[in-house]
Amino acid sequence: MTDILSAPILTVEDLSVEFGATRVIENLNFSVAPGKTLAIVGESGSGKSVTSLSIMRLAETMGASYPSGKIIFSGPDGETDLLSASQKQMRAIRGKDIAMIFQEPMMSLNPVFTIGDQIAESLILHEGMRKADALIEGKRLLEMVRLPDAGELLARYPHQLSGGMRQRVMIAMAMACRPKVLIADEPTTALDVTIQAQILTIIRDLQEELGMAVIFITHDMGVVAEIADDVVVMWKGKKVEQGPVKELFANPQHPYTQTLLSSVPKLGSMAGEPFPKRFPIMLMEGGVPRLVGSEHIQNTARYDEAPLLSVRDLVTRFDIKKGFFGGVTHRVHAAENVSFDIYRGETLALVGESGSGKSTIGRTIQQLQRATSGNITFDGRSLSSMNRSDQQRLRQEIQYIFQDPFASLDPRKKIGFSIAEPIRTHHLINSEKQIRIRVDQLLERVGLTSEHANRYPHEFSGGQRQRICIARALASNPKLIIADEALSALDVSIQAQIINLFMELQEEQGLAYLFISHDMAVVEQMSHRVAVLYLGQIAELGTRQQVLETPTHAYTQRLLSAVPVADPTLVRNHAMLKGEIPSPIRRVGDEPAILNRQEIAPGHFVAQAC
Amino acid sequence: MSATTTKARFERYKNLEFILGALLTGGICLLVVFSDLLFPGGGEKIDLSARLLAPFASMDHPFGTDPLGRDVMARVIAGGKISLQVGLLSVAGAVVIGVSMGLISGYYRGFWDMVVMRFADVQLALPFILLAITFIAIVGGGLTNMIILLIISQWVQYARLVRGSVLALRDREFIQSARAIGVKDINILFRHLLPNLIGPVIVLMTLNVANNILLESSLTFLGLGVDPLTPSWGGILADGRTYLQNAWWVSVFPGLAILVTVLGLNLLGDWLRDSLDPTGRTSR
Repeated sequence: MTDILSAPILTVEDLSVEFGATRVIENLNFSVAPGKTLAIVGESGSGKSVTSLSIMRLAETMGASYPSGKIIFSGPDGETDLLSASQKQMRAIRGKDIAMIFQEPMMSLNPVFTIGDQIAESLILHEGMRKADALIEGKRLLEMVRLPDAGELLARYPHQLSGGMRQRVMIAMAMACRPKVLIADEPTTALDVTIQAQILTIIRDLQEELGMAVIFITHDMGVVAEIADDVVVMWKGKKVEQGPVKELFANPQHPYTQTLLSSVPKLGSMAGEPFPKRFPIMLMEGGVPRLVGSEHIQNTARYDEAPLLSVRDLVTRFDIKKGFFGGVTHRVHAAENVSFDIYRGETLALVGESGSGKSTIGRTIQQLQRATSGNITFDGRSLSSMNRSDQQRLRQEIQYIFQDPFASLDPRKKIGFSIAEPIRTHHLINSEKQIRIRVDQLLERVGLTSEHANRYPHEFSGGQRQRICIARALASNPKLIIADEALSALDVSIQAQIINLFMELQEEQGLAYLFISHDMAVVEQMSHRVAVLYLGQIAELGTRQQVLETPTHAYTQRLLSAVPVADPTLVRNHAMLKGEIPSPIRRVGDEPAILNRQEIAPGHFVAQAC
Repeated sequence: MSATTTKARFERYKNLEFILGALLTGGICLLVVFSDLLFPGGGEKIDLSARLLAPFASMDHPFGTDPLGRDVMARVIAGGKISLQVGLLSVAGAVVIGVSMGLISGYYRGFWDMVVMRFADVQLALPFILLAITFIAIVGGGLTNMIILLIISQWVQYARLVRGSVLALRDREFIQSARAIGVKDINILFRHLLPNLIGPVIVLMTLNVANNILLESSLTFLGLGVDPLTPSWGGILADGRTYLQNAWWVSVFPGLAILVTVLGLNLLGDWLRDSLDPTGRTSR
């Protein structure tokens, strides 16, 4: 206890934070020791970000006040209570002793300055270095976060880097003054899984090297299991549980922690199951957990019928980078020779990382994007031979659900209008009274009430909004629903409920889903078949069991190994994860090689190594 | 609890804004519409024996008289006819044309966007006075022509403003999702895009009303308006300038009329913008 190494460097005592009269954090206590990682987990609105902003004393600029508490930082020259420090003292501490990295690296970098200028700034400010020395140090820092060609990167601007590279630059900047404490606020949430794995490794290695304390804020239990030593679980502004990571995962005490852990889909937990499955979910009702639903095998796919949707040799390209005389010099090869079928009642998952073309394929099927070549057949009719009214009918039979439910609802329209819009557009029901009855039915089907129809989107929570989007998609009696990352903006407990809703609807109405996702654990739970996309081409296609249990293509293996699993006892090896995600942009004339696919088992297609 | 009281206070403030705005604008409009009943002859009677009477010096002339002995109050109220017609009709015309053009060119991009925007560039490059003088030389003066001129010179502002907003909105997911459902373009433009970009248009409208009431007098001076002897707020204001040192009332009362109208319209515009925005985010 009195050992100098384990003495906490940062202690939060009895902290309460208020915005106006609303208390967002109540009597929070925790501490973190040098060389240790403390993860603060919770869902949106639990107060975890406000905690980190309060430590940095940045929450005040947003109108926060502190009715009680202390934040003790034990620096080299004694203890400081950060809450009673002046903003001038704080400026000396921020960036030097306590550094912070944020979720969205593009937002935290100033777009008009080069990377070199921005790294040098904090060195010149805190360490009093000269510009030339600061740039040399900057290069060393960029090499420390394993960025290739660090010297050249210094002269580049933020928009010229990929998301993962930007986040590494942010980490390098945070490391500039060798901080004692690093606060990382959802640093990997906006990144692809393979890049996330790289960033986590870098943070862990730097921590070992510099002996910093890390406060890691996240909603992702998988990431917690990978990186944390200790965990603080927050719920509605209060700490509900704290403990070492293995103990907490093995034996959660508080009902909220139990529900949180039970809602997290774990990749690999369905090994040996031939079909997707609905699981009962734990819900918190008035502080008491309750089990809802029952286990149910989702054997809905009608492989005996002709496929509902057939995509053959689909190619979608975008022209970009016009030359001086307006000629096209580069193209994005978003989809190259993509072929697959979807059957009635089946869920086909399209997985891949950013730039793999998975959204483009969905958008092309929905006619939001024109295909360069290839053929799409829906219900026996070919899209290319359709006239206008047939195409319009297709917009009724295929519906699209977007990632962000808030952005996909018109903020100026009541949700009753939004849900009725597909009905009116396709003249499915003509009497206004009948439309209202149908809207009420739809709202009730997705777990809302009819009085919600008169409210605006901003009056709902994220989960409710996604339910509204589902109701809207159902309004036109579709046969196929394309769900484009429809679950990734939701908290895990909400996500589990929406997964079950999707599966119930599939069973009731025989819906087919094209489920576009990067989250392998959700894909494992929901889908009948899986297609893995890499640079616009299908690298591997097969049943859920074939692809996830016997991954054959190198990229599938790489993707699966990068997924963080909510199990801290698992020993993991990220050694194979190096390098950036390659870009699908190519010069005109430089066509990508079309991969040959081999059928290695019935229905299991694997592209040759690339 | 405090959140609800702030909200209630905000609602009260919004209602006050509407009541005040409606009273001011409505009052002025009523006075102007019924000016012939209130002041038969429109205060054009010249009475040199009552030159430059100060306000309230005589109960017949509560706002005083001008250098020709005409009643300022009657002239201000009668002058509102020209001023309000010019101010409101020119803005209404420019909004209708500009907003439609902006919606079309922003949403469809491509050829029409280029045509409309190059036309707009040419329009913006022409100095207003040059355009006005050329216009008068070709088609002559008159109230209608003046309103047409103002529409021609101002629709571009709305078109550019709206086009910019459409470009920002058209790739948002709720527009994409409307397209995915198969909603007709005309409904996307007017039911989804228009309500989401109307806020700044309303602000620009209220600014332009005031501006155009004043421009009317300059244009009348150039010979574009109606007969320069017909009173209008801008005209009376300009006439009184020479006497400002010893007879302030000649200019101040038409100025007050403009101020009250514009204030009323601003309050109404503000209220309209906020009540069209269900999130109430723009106002806080």
